[in-house]
Amino acid sequence: MLKRVHYGSSILPFLLVAPQIIITLVFFIWPASQALYQSLLLEDAFGLSTEFVWFDNFADLATNKLYYDTFRRTAFFSVSVAGIAMGFALVLAAMADRIIKGALTYRTLLIWPYAVAPVVAGALWVFMFDPTLGIFAYALNVIGVDWNHKLNGSQAMALVVMASAWKQVAYNFLFFIAAMQSIPKSLIEAAAIDGAGPVKRFFTVIFPLITPTTFFLLVVNVVYAFFDTFGIIHAVTQGGPAKATEILVYKVYNDGFVGLDLGGSAAQSVVLMIIVIALTVIQFRYIEKKVEYS
Amino acid sequence: MIEHRPIITVLAHLTLILGIAIVAFPIWVTFVAASHDAVRMTQVPLPMWPGDQFFVNLNKAMFEGIAGAGGIPVGMMMLNSLVVALMIATGKIVISLLSAFAIVYFKFPFRMGFFWMIFLTLMLPVEVRILPTFEVVANLGMLNSFWGLSIPLIASATATFMFRQVFLTVPDEMLEAARVDGAGPMRFFWDILLPLSRTNIAALFVILFIYGWNQYLWPLLITTDASMFTVVMGIKQMLESAEQTTEWHLIMMTTLLAMLPPVVVVLTMQRMFVKGLTETDK
Repeated sequence: MLKRVHYGSSILPFLLVAPQIIITLVFFIWPASQALYQSLLLEDAFGLSTEFVWFDNFADLATNKLYYDTFRRTAFFSVSVAGIAMGFALVLAAMADRIIKGALTYRTLLIWPYAVAPVVAGALWVFMFDPTLGIFAYALNVIGVDWNHKLNGSQAMALVVMASAWKQVAYNFLFFIAAMQSIPKSLIEAAAIDGAGPVKRFFTVIFPLITPTTFFLLVVNVVYAFFDTFGIIHAVTQGGPAKATEILVYKVYNDGFVGLDLGGSAAQSVVLMIIVIALTVIQFRYIEKKVEYS
Repeated sequence: MIEHRPIITVLAHLTLILGIAIVAFPIWVTFVAASHDAVRMTQVPLPMWPGDQFFVNLNKAMFEGIAGAGGIPVGMMMLNSLVVALMIATGKIVISLLSAFAIVYFKFPFRMGFFWMIFLTLMLPVEVRILPTFEVVANLGMLNSFWGLSIPLIASATATFMFRQVFLTVPDEMLEAARVDGAGPMRFFWDILLPLSRTNIAALFVILFIYGWNQYLWPLLITTDASMFTVVMGIKQMLESAEQTTEWHLIMMTTLLAMLPPVVVVLTMQRMFVKGLTETDK
């Protein structure tokens, strides 16, 4: 952590950490503690009076059926996004791993969606599935499916899942291919000599060996689906129709900024904070294991 | 290649091409839409082949914007986005370099306390503290300003960790030699540590530029003045206007423009991008 050869104490190191620490205190720790404090308050709709209510806001959440629904919806959304984005990327990476000529070209053509902003990805997909004009909506109509994500909740969910997964494939692909290429060739050759074909080798050698990467990506994808998809949902469905696509982050925003239920929104923020902390801890514990694996 | 199986190789190529087609299809649709006029874009089915209005639309979007969405020129919004992205990327790198230097090379009181404080920011994404952070920025009078758009986002645990990692691999002899030659701490930082971390800085810059350019929720909350809008949040405004007026050709042109700079950065600096992504993976 500290260099064996280092400088002693003076005013200089304090000046060096000052910018980062001041920004952290003012824009991270102070607001987060405010969120914690607000989650214990009850404010009327006009902001005229506030009352300290201890854990009432949390008790309200714990007994609120709508909140449980949001939780279930978020879980479904995250698992779907992670599953589709990882499955798709795994197949492509397994194929790219076999190819020697042109592998870099394929990588180039697959990784760019990472750079597309979530709300822009939302705009692309909402345009393709626009109920009156969209190409896919039209094609679905031709084969007899009535597509209208503005009215149909499950179609809306399917649309935000597709848009979110589309954006994340690039990231997963990069990590899967890197993991596959770091497997010693001798292991694969040994399996081949023992008579294992490509498919068998994938399931008995390659896939088990990339498990740490798969696990890492699972956590990253869940974090992505929880927090970074706000832009997609805001652009595509605004959480509708009838809250069918309202995930936890969207609800915090909606209850706080639109519904002005400050205490309730803050209590939800605190719940989200706990989820982030849990996911970060899982991620860090994994990193320790990665070292011994490589 | 372990064995020679042409059929499987062909299959692999086909799968990859199909995968790329699926991934790239939305962009093709967007490009086609951006190259037709307003009338064609209201007739079902929409075209699948580009029209001849691309540069007309480009000109209109860049300098006039969409009337139904406030008529803000996209060119101006892109300029705002560029300023914000550069400020966030540079700011994060500078403050992280300095704090990593202090934590690795100095023994001073509260050193670990500061380290854990920075670590904590990792667990506080903007989404979970939007309301109170908004209040802080409003109280500081930073709404509708480039400072408000960038400063609250520039504390970075990941960048600090990465530089800490880089500095720890620098041999101790470097500092000893610098000391013998009479260099002070800042001289050592500037002449030895910075040049040694050059590629890491470049890799991080690529990732952070994309991060800054793609910010959405934060600019959405703190900008009400149209002259401060970034292009990514401008898209949302346009989508809302699409409910009444149909100007999909211009909306899709703007979408294309909004994703162009970060995508170009990724494609042209691919090696740096991959390095940055794999090294900052927390």
